[in-house]
Amino acid sequence: MTSSPLLVDIAFWFFGVMSVVTGWLVFRTDSMVRASFFLLASFLNVGVLLLLMRSEYLSLILILMMAGEMAIMAIFMLMFMMNPAGLNPMNMVHQHRAAVAGGIAAFVALAGIGLVARFPDRPARPQPVTEALGKELLGDSMLVFESAGTALLATMVAAIALASSRGRYGSAYEGSDAPPLDPDTRTADAPAEPEPDEHEGHAGMEGMAGMDHGGDGGGDGGEGMAGMDHSGMDHRGMDHGRGS
Amino acid sequence: MSLQGALVISAALFGVGLYGVLSQQSFVMIMMGLELMVNGSLVATAGLWLWAAGGSPKGQVLAIVIMTAMAIEAAMGFALVTTIFRSRKADITEKLRRLKL
Repeated sequence: MTSSPLLVDIAFWFFGVMSVVTGWLVFRTDSMVRASFFLLASFLNVGVLLLLMRSEYLSLILILMMAGEMAIMAIFMLMFMMNPAGLNPMNMVHQHRAAVAGGIAAFVALAGIGLVARFPDRPARPQPVTEALGKELLGDSMLVFESAGTALLATMVAAIALASSRGRYGSAYEGSDAPPLDPDTRTADAPAEPEPDEHEGHAGMEGMAGMDHGGDGGGDGGEGMAGMDHSGMDHRGMDHGRGS
Repeated sequence: MSLQGALVISAALFGVGLYGVLSQQSFVMIMMGLELMVNGSLVATAGLWLWAAGGSPKGQVLAIVIMTAMAIEAAMGFALVTTIFRSRKADITEKLRRLKL
Protein backbone atom coordinates (compact mmCIF):
# COMPACT_ATOMS: atom_id res chain seq x y z
CA MET A 1 0.00 0.00 0.00
CA THR A 2 1.18 3.45 -0.76
CA SER A 3 1.15 5.90 2.07
CA SER A 4 -1.00 8.90 1.35
CA PRO A 5 -1.03 12.32 2.97
CA LEU A 6 -3.58 12.84 5.67
CA LEU A 7 -5.43 15.45 3.66
CA VAL A 8 -5.91 13.10 0.75
CA ASP A 9 -7.11 10.44 3.17
CA ILE A 10 -9.69 12.77 4.66
CA ALA A 11 -10.84 13.88 1.23
CA PHE A 12 -11.12 10.27 0.08
CA TRP A 13 -13.33 9.27 2.97
CA PHE A 14 -15.33 12.48 2.85
CA PHE A 15 -16.20 12.12 -0.82
CA GLY A 16 -16.69 8.38 -0.49
CA VAL A 17 -19.16 8.75 2.36
CA MET A 18 -20.85 11.66 0.63
CA SER A 19 -21.31 9.61 -2.53
CA VAL A 20 -23.04 6.90 -0.53
CA VAL A 21 -25.14 9.36 1.46
CA THR A 22 -26.31 11.25 -1.59
CA GLY A 23 -26.98 7.91 -3.28
CA TRP A 24 -29.15 7.00 -0.31
CA LEU A 25 -30.96 10.33 -0.43
CA VAL A 26 -31.96 9.56 -4.03
CA PHE A 27 -34.47 7.09 -2.64
CA ARG A 28 -35.44 9.11 0.40
CA THR A 29 -36.61 12.35 -1.16
CA ASP A 30 -40.18 12.96 -2.19
CA SER A 31 -39.27 14.98 -5.22
CA MET A 32 -38.18 12.95 -8.21
CA VAL A 33 -36.35 15.88 -9.75
CA ARG A 34 -34.40 16.27 -6.53
CA ALA A 35 -33.70 12.56 -6.66
CA SER A 36 -32.01 12.95 -10.02
CA PHE A 37 -29.94 15.84 -8.70
CA PHE A 38 -28.94 13.79 -5.67
CA LEU A 39 -27.83 11.08 -8.05
CA LEU A 40 -25.83 13.68 -9.93
CA ALA A 41 -24.23 14.69 -6.61
CA SER A 42 -23.38 11.06 -5.95
CA PHE A 43 -21.74 10.80 -9.36
CA LEU A 44 -19.81 14.01 -8.80
CA ASN A 45 -18.50 12.62 -5.52
CA VAL A 46 -17.48 9.43 -7.26
CA GLY A 47 -15.81 11.56 -9.90
CA VAL A 48 -13.72 13.24 -7.23
CA LEU A 49 -12.93 9.80 -5.78
CA LEU A 50 -11.66 8.67 -9.18
CA LEU A 51 -9.62 11.85 -9.39
CA LEU A 52 -8.07 11.06 -6.01
CA MET A 53 -7.36 7.54 -7.25
CA ARG A 54 -5.39 9.00 -10.15
CA SER A 55 -7.93 8.10 -12.83
CA GLU A 56 -8.17 11.65 -14.12
CA TYR A 57 -9.57 10.79 -17.52
CA LEU A 58 -12.24 8.48 -16.14
CA SER A 59 -13.17 11.08 -13.57
CA LEU A 60 -13.68 13.79 -16.15
CA ILE A 61 -15.68 11.71 -18.60
CA LEU A 62 -17.81 10.38 -15.75
CA ILE A 63 -18.63 13.90 -14.59
CA LEU A 64 -19.32 15.13 -18.13
CA MET A 65 -21.47 12.12 -18.99
CA MET A 66 -23.45 12.24 -15.78
CA ALA A 67 -24.05 15.99 -15.90
CA GLY A 68 -25.77 15.49 -19.24
CA GLU A 69 -27.54 12.31 -18.26
CA MET A 70 -28.96 13.66 -15.05
CA ALA A 71 -30.27 16.73 -16.85
CA ILE A 72 -32.10 14.37 -19.23
CA MET A 73 -33.29 12.32 -16.28
CA ALA A 74 -34.72 15.38 -14.54
CA ILE A 75 -36.60 16.26 -17.73
CA PHE A 76 -37.88 12.69 -17.91
CA MET A 77 -39.12 12.98 -14.37
CA LEU A 78 -41.00 16.14 -15.26
CA MET A 79 -42.44 14.58 -18.41
CA PHE A 80 -43.53 11.18 -17.25
CA MET A 81 -43.58 10.75 -13.52
CA MET A 82 -46.16 11.76 -11.04
CA ASN A 83 -45.23 14.22 -8.33
CA PRO A 84 -41.96 15.42 -9.86
CA ALA A 85 -41.69 18.41 -7.56
CA GLY A 86 -42.30 16.55 -4.33
CA LEU A 87 -45.31 18.63 -3.35
CA ASN A 88 -46.99 15.62 -1.81
CA PRO A 89 -45.29 13.17 0.48
CA MET A 90 -44.69 10.05 -1.48
CA ASN A 91 -43.61 6.56 -0.63
CA MET A 92 -43.62 4.62 -3.86
CA VAL A 93 -41.92 1.46 -2.75
CA HIS A 94 -42.80 -2.18 -2.80
CA GLN A 95 -41.32 -5.18 -1.00
CA HIS A 96 -39.52 -2.73 1.23
CA ARG A 97 -38.19 -5.15 3.82
CA ALA A 98 -36.85 -7.55 1.22
CA ALA A 99 -35.20 -4.64 -0.56
CA VAL A 100 -33.54 -3.39 2.63
CA ALA A 101 -32.39 -6.91 3.44
CA GLY A 102 -31.06 -7.38 -0.08
CA GLY A 103 -29.17 -4.10 -0.02
CA ILE A 104 -27.63 -4.77 3.37
CA ALA A 105 -26.75 -8.33 2.41
CA ALA A 106 -25.08 -7.15 -0.79
CA PHE A 107 -23.13 -4.52 1.14
CA VAL A 108 -22.01 -6.93 3.86
CA ALA A 109 -21.04 -9.63 1.39
CA LEU A 110 -19.13 -7.35 -0.96
CA ALA A 111 -17.45 -5.34 1.79
CA GLY A 112 -16.57 -8.59 3.55
CA ILE A 113 -14.98 -9.90 0.40
CA GLY A 114 -13.13 -6.64 -0.03
CA LEU A 115 -11.83 -6.68 3.53
CA VAL A 116 -11.02 -10.38 3.83
CA ALA A 117 -9.70 -11.30 0.41
CA ARG A 118 -5.98 -10.99 -0.18
CA PHE A 119 -5.43 -8.88 -3.24
CA PRO A 120 -2.00 -8.58 -4.83
CA ASP A 121 -0.15 -5.61 -3.46
CA ARG A 122 0.96 -4.00 -6.69
CA PRO A 123 0.41 -0.25 -6.48
CA ALA A 124 0.58 1.75 -9.65
CA ARG A 125 3.85 3.35 -10.53
CA PRO A 126 3.91 7.10 -10.88
CA GLN A 127 3.27 7.49 -14.57
CA PRO A 128 1.25 9.65 -16.91
CA VAL A 129 -1.98 7.69 -16.68
CA THR A 130 -3.99 9.38 -19.40
CA GLU A 131 -1.20 9.13 -21.92
CA ALA A 132 -0.80 5.42 -21.21
CA LEU A 133 -4.57 4.96 -21.50
CA GLY A 134 -4.66 6.77 -24.83
CA LYS A 135 -1.88 4.61 -26.22
CA GLU A 136 -3.62 1.52 -24.89
CA LEU A 137 -6.98 2.48 -26.42
CA LEU A 138 -5.46 3.10 -29.82
CA GLY A 139 -3.04 0.22 -29.54
CA ASP A 140 -3.55 -3.15 -27.92
CA SER A 141 -7.10 -2.47 -26.70
CA MET A 142 -8.38 -0.94 -29.89
CA LEU A 143 -10.81 -3.81 -30.44
CA VAL A 144 -12.37 -3.12 -27.04
CA PHE A 145 -12.59 0.57 -27.82
CA GLU A 146 -14.15 -0.02 -31.21
CA SER A 147 -16.59 -2.55 -29.75
CA ALA A 148 -17.70 -0.01 -27.18
CA GLY A 149 -18.24 2.54 -29.94
CA THR A 150 -20.20 0.06 -32.05
CA ALA A 151 -22.30 -0.94 -29.06
CA LEU A 152 -23.10 2.71 -28.41
CA LEU A 153 -24.06 3.20 -32.05
CA ALA A 154 -26.33 0.16 -31.91
CA THR A 155 -27.83 1.56 -28.72
CA MET A 156 -28.57 4.86 -30.40
CA VAL A 157 -30.29 3.12 -33.31
CA ALA A 158 -32.25 0.84 -30.98
CA ALA A 159 -33.27 3.68 -28.69
CA ILE A 160 -34.54 5.77 -31.59
CA ALA A 161 -36.38 2.78 -33.05
CA LEU A 162 -37.98 2.01 -29.69
CA ALA A 163 -38.89 5.53 -28.77
CA SER A 164 -40.32 6.58 -32.13
CA SER A 165 -42.19 3.52 -33.28
CA ARG A 166 -45.24 5.70 -33.01
CA GLY A 167 -44.10 9.10 -34.14
CA ARG A 168 -45.71 12.44 -33.44
CA TYR A 169 -47.95 12.17 -36.49
CA GLY A 170 -49.40 8.78 -35.61
CA SER A 171 -48.37 5.23 -36.17
CA ALA A 172 -45.30 4.69 -38.26
CA TYR A 173 -47.13 1.99 -40.18
CA GLU A 174 -49.90 4.29 -41.30
CA GLY A 175 -49.43 5.38 -44.84
CA SER A 176 -46.61 2.95 -45.38
CA ASP A 177 -48.71 0.56 -47.46
CA ALA A 178 -47.81 0.26 -51.09
CA PRO A 179 -50.15 2.25 -53.35
CA PRO A 180 -52.67 0.21 -55.31
CA LEU A 181 -51.77 -0.80 -58.83
CA ASP A 182 -54.98 0.65 -60.24
CA PRO A 183 -54.93 4.39 -59.54
CA ASP A 184 -58.74 4.53 -59.49
CA THR A 185 -58.92 2.10 -56.60
CA ARG A 186 -59.48 4.03 -53.41
CA THR A 187 -58.54 2.72 -50.05
CA ALA A 188 -60.71 3.28 -47.07
CA ASP A 189 -58.65 6.06 -45.56
CA ALA A 190 -58.33 7.97 -48.84
CA PRO A 191 -61.92 8.68 -49.87
CA ALA A 192 -62.84 9.99 -53.28
CA GLU A 193 -62.81 13.71 -53.89
CA PRO A 194 -66.19 15.23 -53.07
CA GLU A 195 -68.25 16.94 -55.71
CA PRO A 196 -67.68 20.72 -55.73
CA ASP A 197 -71.23 21.59 -54.69
CA GLU A 198 -71.06 19.17 -51.74
CA HIS A 199 -67.80 20.57 -50.46
CA GLU A 200 -69.10 22.44 -47.47
CA GLY A 201 -71.23 19.63 -46.23
CA HIS A 202 -68.40 17.20 -46.57
CA ALA A 203 -66.05 19.44 -44.67
CA GLY A 204 -68.61 19.76 -41.94
CA MET A 205 -68.81 16.02 -41.67
CA GLU A 206 -65.04 15.85 -41.44
CA GLY A 207 -65.05 18.31 -38.62
CA MET A 208 -67.71 16.31 -36.86
CA ALA A 209 -65.69 13.14 -37.31
CA GLY A 210 -62.73 14.90 -35.81
CA MET A 211 -64.79 16.01 -32.84
CA ASP A 212 -66.09 12.52 -32.30
CA HIS A 213 -62.67 11.02 -32.56
CA GLY A 214 -61.20 13.38 -30.02
CA GLY A 215 -64.06 13.17 -27.62
CA ASP A 216 -61.89 12.63 -24.55
CA GLY A 217 -58.64 14.21 -25.65
CA GLY A 218 -57.97 17.88 -26.10
CA GLY A 219 -55.52 17.50 -28.97
CA ASP A 220 -57.73 15.59 -31.36
CA GLY A 221 -60.66 17.86 -30.61
CA GLY A 222 -58.45 20.74 -31.59
CA GLU A 223 -57.70 19.03 -34.88
CA GLY A 224 -61.39 18.69 -35.52
CA MET A 225 -61.84 22.40 -34.91
CA ALA A 226 -58.98 23.19 -37.25
CA GLY A 227 -60.54 21.05 -39.94
CA MET A 228 -63.78 22.97 -39.55
CA ASP A 229 -61.98 26.27 -39.80
CA HIS A 230 -60.53 25.26 -43.12
CA SER A 231 -63.86 24.29 -44.54
CA GLY A 232 -65.28 27.78 -44.78
CA MET A 233 -68.90 27.69 -43.64
CA ASP A 234 -69.07 25.40 -40.67
CA HIS A 235 -72.17 26.04 -38.68
CA ARG A 236 -73.47 22.54 -39.30
CA GLY A 237 -70.22 20.99 -38.25
CA MET A 238 -70.00 23.17 -35.17
CA ASP A 239 -73.51 22.32 -34.13
CA HIS A 240 -72.93 18.64 -34.58
CA GLY A 241 -69.67 18.88 -32.74
CA ARG A 242 -71.32 20.56 -29.78
CA GLY A 243 -74.14 18.09 -29.85
CA SER A 244 -71.77 15.16 -29.66
CA MET B 1 -7.26 5.84 1.38
CA SER B 2 -6.61 2.26 0.55
CA LEU B 3 -7.87 -0.56 -1.60
CA GLN B 4 -10.04 -1.79 1.25
CA GLY B 5 -11.56 1.65 1.67
CA ALA B 6 -12.39 1.89 -2.01
CA LEU B 7 -13.93 -1.58 -1.97
CA VAL B 8 -16.07 -0.76 1.09
CA ILE B 9 -17.31 2.44 -0.54
CA SER B 10 -18.07 0.57 -3.74
CA ALA B 11 -19.92 -2.13 -1.79
CA ALA B 12 -21.98 0.56 -0.06
CA LEU B 13 -22.85 2.17 -3.39
CA PHE B 14 -23.79 -1.21 -4.79
CA GLY B 15 -25.93 -2.02 -1.75
CA VAL B 16 -27.78 1.29 -1.91
CA GLY B 17 -28.34 0.79 -5.62
CA LEU B 18 -29.61 -2.74 -5.11
CA TYR B 19 -32.00 -1.46 -2.45
CA GLY B 20 -33.30 1.10 -4.92
CA VAL B 21 -33.72 -1.40 -7.72
CA LEU B 22 -35.61 -3.81 -5.50
CA SER B 23 -37.79 -1.30 -3.70
CA GLN B 24 -38.70 1.44 -6.16
CA GLN B 25 -41.82 1.36 -8.28
CA SER B 26 -41.04 4.08 -10.76
CA PHE B 27 -39.06 2.96 -13.80
CA VAL B 28 -36.71 5.90 -13.74
CA MET B 29 -35.97 5.38 -10.05
CA ILE B 30 -35.10 1.76 -10.84
CA MET B 31 -32.72 3.06 -13.49
CA MET B 32 -31.16 5.30 -10.86
CA GLY B 33 -30.57 2.26 -8.68
CA LEU B 34 -28.92 0.46 -11.57
CA GLU B 35 -26.70 3.47 -12.20
CA LEU B 36 -25.63 3.47 -8.56
CA MET B 37 -24.74 -0.22 -8.77
CA VAL B 38 -22.63 0.31 -11.88
CA ASN B 39 -21.10 3.32 -10.15
CA GLY B 40 -20.00 1.12 -7.28
CA SER B 41 -18.36 -1.30 -9.67
CA LEU B 42 -16.55 1.64 -11.26
CA VAL B 43 -15.09 2.67 -7.91
CA ALA B 44 -13.98 -0.90 -7.24
CA THR B 45 -12.38 -1.13 -10.66
CA ALA B 46 -10.47 2.12 -10.17
CA GLY B 47 -9.31 0.98 -6.74
CA LEU B 48 -8.14 -2.39 -7.98
CA TRP B 49 -6.43 -0.73 -10.91
CA LEU B 50 -4.52 1.62 -8.63
CA TRP B 51 -3.53 -0.73 -5.83
CA ALA B 52 -3.64 -4.27 -7.10
CA ALA B 53 -3.04 -4.23 -10.84
CA GLY B 54 0.17 -2.27 -10.98
CA GLY B 55 -1.44 0.61 -12.83
CA SER B 56 -1.81 -1.31 -16.08
CA PRO B 57 -3.74 0.77 -18.59
CA LYS B 58 -5.91 -2.28 -19.32
CA GLY B 59 -7.62 -1.65 -15.99
CA GLN B 60 -8.61 1.79 -17.20
CA VAL B 61 -9.93 0.23 -20.40
CA LEU B 62 -12.09 -2.04 -18.27
CA ALA B 63 -13.42 1.03 -16.47
CA ILE B 64 -14.26 2.58 -19.83
CA VAL B 65 -16.17 -0.57 -20.77
CA ILE B 66 -18.11 -0.24 -17.50
CA MET B 67 -18.94 3.36 -18.30
CA THR B 68 -20.08 2.28 -21.76
CA ALA B 69 -22.40 -0.23 -20.13
CA MET B 70 -23.69 2.58 -17.91
CA ALA B 71 -24.42 4.78 -20.92
CA ILE B 72 -26.12 1.93 -22.79
CA GLU B 73 -28.24 1.11 -19.77
CA ALA B 74 -29.36 4.70 -19.45
CA ALA B 75 -30.16 5.13 -23.14
CA MET B 76 -32.10 1.88 -23.44
CA GLY B 77 -33.84 2.59 -20.16
CA PHE B 78 -35.05 5.98 -21.35
CA ALA B 79 -36.19 4.50 -24.66
CA LEU B 80 -38.08 1.71 -22.89
CA VAL B 81 -39.69 4.13 -20.46
CA THR B 82 -40.87 6.23 -23.39
CA THR B 83 -42.21 3.22 -25.26
CA ILE B 84 -44.01 1.77 -22.28
CA PHE B 85 -45.49 5.10 -21.34
CA ARG B 86 -46.80 5.54 -24.86
CA SER B 87 -48.22 2.08 -25.30
CA ARG B 88 -49.46 1.38 -21.76
CA LYS B 89 -49.61 4.76 -20.01
CA ALA B 90 -47.53 3.08 -17.34
CA ASP B 91 -44.90 4.83 -15.29
CA ILE B 92 -44.60 2.41 -12.40
CA THR B 93 -43.98 -1.30 -12.35
CA GLU B 94 -47.32 -2.08 -10.73
CA LYS B 95 -49.11 -1.04 -13.91
CA LEU B 96 -47.36 -3.72 -15.90
CA ARG B 97 -49.00 -6.93 -14.87
CA ARG B 98 -48.56 -8.73 -18.15
CA LEU B 99 -45.93 -8.73 -20.80
CA LYS B 100 -48.22 -8.96 -23.82
CA LEU B 101 -49.39 -5.74 -25.39
